[in-house]
Amino acid sequence: MTKLVSLTIDGKQVTVPEGTLFVDAAKRVGIDIPVFCYHPKMEPVGMCRMCLVDVGRPMIDRATGQPVMDENGAPKIQFGAKLDTACTTPVSEGMVVIGASDKVKAARKDIVEFILTSHPLDCPVCDKGGECPLQNLTMAYGPGETRFLYDDKLHLAKQVPLGELIYLDRERCIQCGRCVRFQDEIVDDPVIGFFNRGRSLEIVTHSDPGFDSVFSGNTTDICPVGALTTADFRFGARPWELKSTSSICSQCPVGCNITFNVRREAASGGKTVIKRVMPRQNETVNEIWICDKGRFGYHYTESDDRLTTPLIRKNGELTPASWDEALGLVASRFSAAGEGLLTLGSGRLSNEDLFNLRQLTEGVKGKAALYTHMAGGDLTAQVGVAPGTDFGEMGKGTAILVAASDLYEEAPIWFLRIKQAAERGATLIVANARPTKLEAYASHVIRYRYGAEAETIAAMTVDRGPTTVAGHPSSVADASKAFAEAENAVILFGSDGLGLEGSQALSAACANLLVATRHVGRANNGLVGVWSRANDQGAWDMGLRPLTVDRRPELQSAKAIYVVAADPFGDDPGLLATFNLQPATFLVVQDLFLTETARRADVVLPAQAFTEREGAYTSGERRVQRFYPAAPARPDTWPDFAITAQIAQKMGSILEGRVPAAVFTQIAATVAAYAGLSYRKLAETNDQWPSVGSGVRRKGLYFSGTAYENKQGVGIHLPLSPTPLPPVNMQSFHLQGEGLLAVPVTCLYDRGQTVYPSALLHQRIGEVWVALHPADAERLGVVANSRVSLTLGGAEFDATARLDESVPQGVALIPRSMGIPINGPEAVEIRAGERVVL
Amino acid sequence: MLKELGRGMWTTLRSMFEKPVTIEYPEVKRPVRARFKGRHELKRYDNGLEKCIGCSLCAAACPADAIFVEAAENTDEVRFSPGERYASTYEINMLRCIFCGYCEDACPTEAIVLGDNYELSFTDRRQAIYPKEMLLEPVRGEGKTTPQKTEPGEFIRSIPLMENPKD
Ligand code: SF4
Ligand code: SF4
Ligand code: SF4
Ligand code: SF4
Ligand code: FES
Repeated sequence: MTKLVSLTIDGKQVTVPEGTLFVDAAKRVGIDIPVFCYHPKMEPVGMCRMCLVDVGRPMIDRATGQPVMDENGAPKIQFGAKLDTACTTPVSEGMVVIGASDKVKAARKDIVEFILTSHPLDCPVCDKGGECPLQNLTMAYGPGETRFLYDDKLHLAKQVPLGELIYLDRERCIQCGRCVRFQDEIVDDPVIGFFNRGRSLEIVTHSDPGFDSVFSGNTTDICPVGALTTADFRFGARPWELKSTSSICSQCPVGCNITFNVRREAASGGKTVIKRVMPRQNETVNEIWICDKGRFGYHYTESDDRLTTPLIRKNGELTPASWDEALGLVASRFSAAGEGLLTLGSGRLSNEDLFNLRQLTEGVKGKAALYTHMAGGDLTAQVGVAPGTDFGEMGKGTAILVAASDLYEEAPIWFLRIKQAAERGATLIVANARPTKLEAYASHVIRYRYGAEAETIAAMTVDRGPTTVAGHPSSVADASKAFAEAENAVILFGSDGLGLEGSQALSAACANLLVATRHVGRANNGLVGVWSRANDQGAWDMGLRPLTVDRRPELQSAKAIYVVAADPFGDDPGLLATFNLQPATFLVVQDLFLTETARRADVVLPAQAFTEREGAYTSGERRVQRFYPAAPARPDTWPDFAITAQIAQKMGSILEGRVPAAVFTQIAATVAAYAGLSYRKLAETNDQWPSVGSGVRRKGLYFSGTAYENKQGVGIHLPLSPTPLPPVNMQSFHLQGEGLLAVPVTCLYDRGQTVYPSALLHQRIGEVWVALHPADAERLGVVANSRVSLTLGGAEFDATARLDESVPQGVALIPRSMGIPINGPEAVEIRAGERVVL
Repeated sequence: MLKELGRGMWTTLRSMFEKPVTIEYPEVKRPVRARFKGRHELKRYDNGLEKCIGCSLCAAACPADAIFVEAAENTDEVRFSPGERYASTYEINMLRCIFCGYCEDACPTEAIVLGDNYELSFTDRRQAIYPKEMLLEPVRGEGKTTPQKTEPGEFIRSIPLMENPKD
């Protein structure tokens, strides 16, 4: 137990753990000490001096070591000659802190006056104006006028792009260092820094491309002035004009809580549009951060290419049709298909959608399948992390094994949280075939060959001795010992280099390891899937299962295929050949865009984006979280669950198709893990620390970021299924063949449907590439950054070759969703192109 | 009794020779007072650049919620106003406006000014919404119309610089 100490702040008695800083102690009893540079998520630096307070300590008699008492028997308090900074001074027993004396007030007034000497005060055009800590503190503590000469004001550059996403206004910067400290301390992407000193100090970026970090948007939230702005929101609207709606980021399995700020926009013909995406505080999920993909990727929902009307194939052409006609046709063909109906849904859908999909499909005894390249969602439901799990609490005594995942690219906020857990003392084990960013914080690094993922983890189940095990690097033995001995242990498994088959083996190996080391059934213990989509876990929970590894037999034997929020033919044109063999198959696609699959469909149904409707996602940690409608829906589109329900109705069965809450009630009644849950429960919130205040009218003047307070639900962590898990039979999985092996890897910014429509991200997405080891490249005659052509699965593709020492020899990394279809490890042939692009 | 009647008739007769207070509107228009608050105008600087910087403070101050502003970013190639920001959309709903002049007070650049024009009549609601083109005053003298192409670094400031008091 940490020692508690009592002190008095402005006459209020406070008891807080030893080591707490004054600012925090004061906030606990509702006293706001103004700060600029201090941020509760970062180490204090005492740079701005705004937080000055008068600190008195009990007088100690040097001879006796006892406190000196005054005539009333109370300890005598001795105040320092100077004021102390409340953000750097930890509390101690019996202290008396005065934050409201004349001396303190005068000091604060001077500091504000001083900070404003060279501040441009262009609040009217400043994006922070209205939610600006400098404005607020100037109003609350400032002098109202200045004694400095205007002629001496520094005039600096007002529009400095740090990268294509973040702009700096040098004049507005008050040099608090929050942005630099965030990048250094919190995310360890030290790509921006201070340059020069004193009045000439400025923020610069030293990366190429500029501000090369997937967390860059967060600096604009914590910057206490309008010095940092995002390219997306610059001059978008004044903060007080925005309405906010709670939502969940749909880009990755972390399930970051976000707030959509919306406003009517003349440029869009008076429609309400999303103006910006802000983090919403959820200390157990994303704290107050989100990644740039979540912040800037939402533009796909407002793309002009969205489908707006049902389409039916007539005379070989897709032609607009009425809903009634389209649904009627679909229903009759689905009924006719009976058990020949194959439904393919993806983790982009909400639980309600997936539930209805399964109900409809199983109503005619068809098969509802999950479109994914990862397995193990059934295992995470049994040996997943139990309720109460919080990466933010993990530290000493916890082992975290990250297997086959490049977390920085696959789930950036987990990367952040796990990195921090490792810094707090957690034992981080990173197992991957190639180096990843997370390794810098690992206590143990296990390097295996691509294809040996499961085998390596399985070896950890066996090897506990400190000796080297034949065929495995000694690191496996050390790591498995550390893992087994840890009090708590979590495994995150991803799909770096894996297809469905490899993923099956790996997830089973991970589950077995957890069971064998008894790291199951408790909070902060268990298995987490780093899925490729936001609600893959929910899809597994709703009972959808992946197709077989080959997929062809199922597609071929189906009489009708219902593809929802997936693009199997776009992702793998090879499948199309299979499909073309079966012209009689009736293909229905329900999506936001006219995908490659939709182009081949007999009926296309336009669905609504998650920003336009309600629903619930289940995150990778198995936390069920609600999202709310933010923007008005496109006319003539429906939410997925409603479309499915209407098809079902025309097929003669009743599914809930109006109120998503009612679908969720059915889920709660049918799916064991969801028992007892309801939309109302999901909307419950709890007290969170540090308190962020909310919106423009933020409560208090504590550290004032622009993250939103969580008012619409922190979500509920699902319990584990009670059936104990027998050791899973791990199918052995080996890669065959010689020559170069292509393996799929995930990159954050890809050409997927839900990313690419954001033009802002195009520079980060770049050309389609393939990464090779320089030695392989030399052998193949491939020069860095040159065009190469590759033959993969019988088809030809062009790509830019990246040469990278960290790629294992004999392997070519191919990013998923970038234009080269790759489902799993495969043999590839690479030839140097003729033209060298420099 | 007759006396009263006679007085009344006298009054009538007398007023027939007085100067009438009514004027022949619309042929004749009465000049307005200096502080009259009529239809708004968006002002320009002498060089023709718009004073309005799209800050939306007028909209925030407006008690009738009559103003809608949307901003966009200036470039030296396509410049509407000094500094980085200009109003890409500026609308006032004259049916809502109560001519209180708060917008004028709130404006940091003295861009919006309530003018002399009181002749506001419409035959449908849409007409009552005055867009920026209607509100902007015409270019005077040497000024050029907006958007303008300007020299880099010439107009970097949205709000005129503060100056030291001169004695
Ligand atoms: S940073 Fe704050 S005080 Fe400075 S110009 Fe912007 S709104 Fe005004
Ligand atoms: S840019 Fe903002 S966060 Fe960074 S030092 Fe300047 S004021 Fe602080
Ligand atoms: S005069 Fe008053 S009511 Fe009319 S637009 Fe201005 S602030 Fe609004
Ligand atoms: S008229 Fe004035 S207050 Fe209104 S947006 Fe333009 S500059 Fe701002
Ligand atoms: S010195 Fe304490 S907040 Fe800056």
